Amino acid sequence: MFALQFINSIGRLFLKFLMATGRLTIFSGQALFQGLRPPYYPRQILRQLVDIGYYSLPVVGLTAAFTGMVLALQSYTGFSRFSAEGAVATVVVLSVTRELSPVLAGLMVAGRIGAAMAAEIGTMRVTEQVDALSTLSTNPIQYLVAPRLFAGILMLPLLVLIGDIIGIFGGYLVSVYKLGFNPGNYLHQTIQYLEPIDVISGLVKAAVFGFFISLMGCYHGYHSKGGAQGVGTATTNSVVSASILILVFNYLLTALFFS
Amino acid sequence: MPKIAIKNLQKSFGSKQVLKNVSFDLNQGESLVVMGGSGSGKSVMIKCILNLLQPDNGSILLDGEELFGASSSIIGKARSKVGMLFQGSALFDSLPVWENVFFAPLQKKIISRQEARREARERLAAVGLQKEVADLYPAELSGGMQRRVGLARAVVEAPEIIFFDEPTAGLDPIISGVINDLIVKNVKELGATTITITHDMASARRVADKVAMIHGGEIVWFGDRKDLDNSGNPYVDQFINGRVSGPIKVDVT
Repeated sequence: MFALQFINSIGRLFLKFLMATGRLTIFSGQALFQGLRPPYYPRQILRQLVDIGYYSLPVVGLTAAFTGMVLALQSYTGFSRFSAEGAVATVVVLSVTRELSPVLAGLMVAGRIGAAMAAEIGTMRVTEQVDALSTLSTNPIQYLVAPRLFAGILMLPLLVLIGDIIGIFGGYLVSVYKLGFNPGNYLHQTIQYLEPIDVISGLVKAAVFGFFISLMGCYHGYHSKGGAQGVGTATTNSVVSASILILVFNYLLTALFFS
Repeated sequence: MPKIAIKNLQKSFGSKQVLKNVSFDLNQGESLVVMGGSGSGKSVMIKCILNLLQPDNGSILLDGEELFGASSSIIGKARSKVGMLFQGSALFDSLPVWENVFFAPLQKKIISRQEARREARERLAAVGLQKEVADLYPAELSGGMQRRVGLARAVVEAPEIIFFDEPTAGLDPIISGVINDLIVKNVKELGATTITITHDMASARRVADKVAMIHGGEIVWFGDRKDLDNSGNPYVDQFINGRVSGPIKVDVT
């Protein structure tokens, strides 16, 4: 009896998972299809570009700077055990560009922007503003979702590129002013082993993460119900699901680029 | 041909059937008030007519055109004939009042932003709001002012059909009276066909030509406003007199 109940609950969970995946796939398809069709909403797009790109810059910059600094410090203490301190610059630049800048920027933006999107659209849903859009001859997916997806895909790579530069500079500061590296040598080693694919892979990851952050924020907000509690749940779900997708797709994209 | 013809409209949420075979006709220029207790299916009915909720079954004819199962372009065309005032006004928080009022014309690009801003002041004056309100945001307005902005937005394109979802809910009797007068004035000027959902009997008597009483997802009485007090229908009698005892069971435990 207990075994049957156990199998039953697993089956129910699996079916729920399949239904949610199906709904999400249909929603993404609709958003992409509607986003490519006119009318376009330049004011909405501009607002999202500024929200995601400009206002996320301080948090992404701060994260990147401290990540680069800690990375330099940690790799120095580790490498000095087998006299490989010379590799610090290379480790910093490769770790920042390939992994840390896109993943950490993605997670920070998921917390800041994904949550804000879910809360804003969720509030619009429960206060009937989404219905009002439909009655005012405006497709809510085109007006609310498509500009956010577009801005997410465009601005995350830009943020990550700036994060790369700040992160590498953070590593440089610690290495030169705290650990006593020669500035010229450090910069030389930074550039020597850096290849275009290291930066490009990070930017591609960022575009994918930007898509998922916006998609999860919009999807959970759009389907929120039940007033303030529903909006809160949608906000939490958007951040959690975007973070999980970022971590999973980070592995898959790394495997695609470098294995 | 009736302007709006609803036949056997059904809608369920899971196992709960909210609308059971709702049917009525409404002619051009008529004003129908739908009354009924909370959760009786009034708002769901309006949302089904507008296809904001997908009905399970039935027929929805607007100017003779079937909307049940219709393509999005037909539904879009039908919606362009309709204006709606939502219960909580549903103004867009991120836009100033003038942009809320002229939202639809601006999206259709049939008016410039400068013109819309200028014109909005006149539309606001028509619903008794000062011109300075145009540049405020919805959060800076009282509930009654928001409702009036919502009314200005609903009638901005001179729609043939207007839906009012509890237009006086949460407002004091004086402001409710102002909103009712504005509804009557606007509807008369436009010659629009309207459906108003309300619990407010003063509002119902002020705006209705016809009245429908909905209970348990069914229309239990449909008639002229003048017959409201002599309907002989126990549901209507209980509702308009606000009696606790009667066929409408109220869970007070």
